[in-house]
Amino acid sequence: MTDPVAITLSRCAKTWPDGSRALEPIDLQVRGGETLALLGPSGCGKTTLLRLICGLEQADAGASIRFGDDEVSQLPPEARGVGVVFQSYALFPNMSVAQNVAYGLRVRDMPAAARDRRARELLALVRLDGFAERRIDQLSGGQRQRVALARALAIEPRVLLLDEPLTALDAKLREHLRVELAQMLRQLRVTTVIVTHDQDEAMMLGDRIAVMSAGHLEQVGTAEALYRAPASDFVAEFLGTLCRVRAGLRDGLLVPGDDALAFRPHEARLDAPRADALPARVLARFFLGGSVRYEIGLDDGQRFPVVAPAHSGHAAGDPVSVALAGPRPS
Amino acid sequence: MWFAAPAATLFLAFWLLPMAGLALVGAEIKDGQSAYLTVLTRSQYWISLFNTVALSLAATLATLLLSLPVGRFLAWHRHFPGRRLLMSLLMFPLAFPGVVVGFLIILLAGRQGVIGALTKWLTGDPIVFAYGMGGLFLGYLYFSLPRCIGVIAAAAEQIDPSLLEAARTLGASPWRRFVDVELPALSPALIGAGAMSFATSMGAFGTAFTLATQIDVLPITIYNEFTNYANIPVAAALSIVLGLATWAVLYVAHSLAGARLGAAA
Amino acid sequence: MNASKTDTRLGLAVTLAVAAFLIGPVVLSVLAGLTKNYFVGLSSGLTLRWVEQVWSLYADTIWRSFAVALLTLAICTVVGVPAAWVLTLHRGRLARALEELLTLPVAVPGLASALALIVSWGTVRGLRGSIWFIVIGHVLFTLPFMVRAARASMQGADLATLDEAAATLGASRTQRFLQIVVPNAAPGIVTGALTVLTLSIGEFNLTWLLHTPLTKTLPVGLADSYASMRLEIASAYTLVFLLMLVPLLVGLQWLARGDRPARAASNRTLPS
Repeated sequence: MTDPVAITLSRCAKTWPDGSRALEPIDLQVRGGETLALLGPSGCGKTTLLRLICGLEQADAGASIRFGDDEVSQLPPEARGVGVVFQSYALFPNMSVAQNVAYGLRVRDMPAAARDRRARELLALVRLDGFAERRIDQLSGGQRQRVALARALAIEPRVLLLDEPLTALDAKLREHLRVELAQMLRQLRVTTVIVTHDQDEAMMLGDRIAVMSAGHLEQVGTAEALYRAPASDFVAEFLGTLCRVRAGLRDGLLVPGDDALAFRPHEARLDAPRADALPARVLARFFLGGSVRYEIGLDDGQRFPVVAPAHSGHAAGDPVSVALAGPRPS
Repeated sequence: MWFAAPAATLFLAFWLLPMAGLALVGAEIKDGQSAYLTVLTRSQYWISLFNTVALSLAATLATLLLSLPVGRFLAWHRHFPGRRLLMSLLMFPLAFPGVVVGFLIILLAGRQGVIGALTKWLTGDPIVFAYGMGGLFLGYLYFSLPRCIGVIAAAAEQIDPSLLEAARTLGASPWRRFVDVELPALSPALIGAGAMSFATSMGAFGTAFTLATQIDVLPITIYNEFTNYANIPVAAALSIVLGLATWAVLYVAHSLAGARLGAAA
Repeated sequence: MNASKTDTRLGLAVTLAVAAFLIGPVVLSVLAGLTKNYFVGLSSGLTLRWVEQVWSLYADTIWRSFAVALLTLAICTVVGVPAAWVLTLHRGRLARALEELLTLPVAVPGLASALALIVSWGTVRGLRGSIWFIVIGHVLFTLPFMVRAARASMQGADLATLDEAAATLGASRTQRFLQIVVPNAAPGIVTGALTVLTLSIGEFNLTWLLHTPLTKTLPVGLADSYASMRLEIASAYTLVFLLMLVPLLVGLQWLARGDRPARAASNRTLPS
């Protein structure tokens, strides 16, 4: 494949005909060869942004979309050279697996023998050797997803876009394919944008993550940067769980007080009750295999989760004191 | 299960058995041979059958060719002022019996018709074609269009837009998208609608009757044999042949296209 | 999904042309029935004289068509709704066969069905010349439509499950049918009813062969008038016929639109 291109979005906004705003003006850079995950809740505009990049929606006037040095915002989808994997996979039911994968090549008038060869190459890449002649309705969800990916890759796209690629699959399969997909993307080195609402997916598949809400970008960075130094409450709450408690803090110990504290469940530690500490009680204990999750309650009714190592032994009903360790989000 | 008994009885008594009876009548000896034999060997009946099939086929093809753009247009543009009115106007003729259609064709292309008046005004010579095959062709077109448009519009609306979007991102031009994605998706509907039009045209009696009893199509032939010549065995034999042919076409199309034709208007 | 400009323009052009072809003659006919003199055109003025003449000549056919349609509807409902219920509950081969058989009178040309009826039942005294002969023909032709419409409603509302629930609560088969199935299948039954009425009022192919001079229906009268009456009267008669159809068609359209939101809602995919 040719050198990976960077995607540069400038002042990309989208207003619907009825006046509602899907996207506020967005500036975003996706580095050549990297995978960027667009993460956010339903309706935040991430899919709209994806459709702007591939040309299925037109951005408002004044926007610029560049693949490398080429301005593509005026080009129709047929001419942009983007490979898209749709959420529903959108496989053509009237064609076989191989015909689906080769469709983009057929449209480019590649001779049949060459097309067929390339299709089989790609099917081998996504580990579907031998599936070339199958009909679409004979495939499972995971198999369809891989055919859709092969089809998008067949045209050697400059940019690869995936719209919720794993959402339609069941949990076990999703976990398994997540790893496979992450490895494949790293191998291919195509500039990729993935849309997802699942934070685990974003963290595993994306070299960087762009968190979106209500049509604008909240923060862009690596998973670690976003987790440790969230730029806003929204990011802090969206990536991982955030505990919010009104209490005092002295030398890392939770004491009576009225400060607004925020911390991650595994940053809290449970000890035996102390006279100067804020009284707390274990309301419930859930053994999760690799860790233990406690539901902690305070006298004034506040509740928050604490995650402890698997050997932690507090029981439901035990009185405890809570200490905080490690750096805290603001 | 007994709930279905009345329906079954009615059907048995008034259709199935009578049909069997008709089939037997067709086998009666008249003029020295069984009516079926007569029907299958006399050239006049073959001509009649050929005319009917050719005309129905031509009308069906023309209908499908016209219904395709209309159906797609209606499916792609679901909200514009006047759409409901337009759809009502297009669907209205569905309820017209063949006789009314015949009358309307006469108004259009008959001796005192609009086309006659227009051509007379333009060229001095009025063009009148309602009373022959041309008029019948128009008539077949008239009552097939609403049904086909409805079926095709419904099928076009069901097409998954992401399939077309996927084809776009893979580089397909509008024409390619139409040929590679849309047509295959519409083909069951096209086959079904086509079969229905063909079957209706084959059996259309009222239209031909109004236009002129001289037109040589099978339904008119059957009617003439029965009413004017009182040749019941031949009429019966011809009816059975016509019935079988029509049913066969529908059956084949039905199994080709799957039972997705469902709710008729 | 945006259609290309050429697509839209071509589609619109063909659509308008087809609409003109379909509605143009209807408009002509309506005007002809209301104009004093068709050959002079509208400038001769509008009049209801032709409509009055139609009434005096053909009023009996109009009433008879109503009667036949209502009788047909009654029989179709009483016979068809239970049959639809059976077809909803039973998916076996016998049920499928029954369904295919019931639609035969629609697939086969009306001419053939009428001939069959005449040959088999035409000699029964009193039947041949009575209105019931025509009603039977109409029932055979319209029954599948009632069954189909009722069945669509029964399946859509998953009445089979409701029926099971009622059974566990102790209701008998007849009770369940009358109290649970019929009320919940009402939309389908009403649609079927309107379809039956529309089809019956307009039925010609069967009726022309089955009728006698004493049992003429409206379409039969129309055929007469097309052959023997002047254009204005034939047009006025057609106008009356169309007027009878319009409320039925409007009703059908209204019903069809009514259950579309429910279906659309269940088909919508989640936003992302």
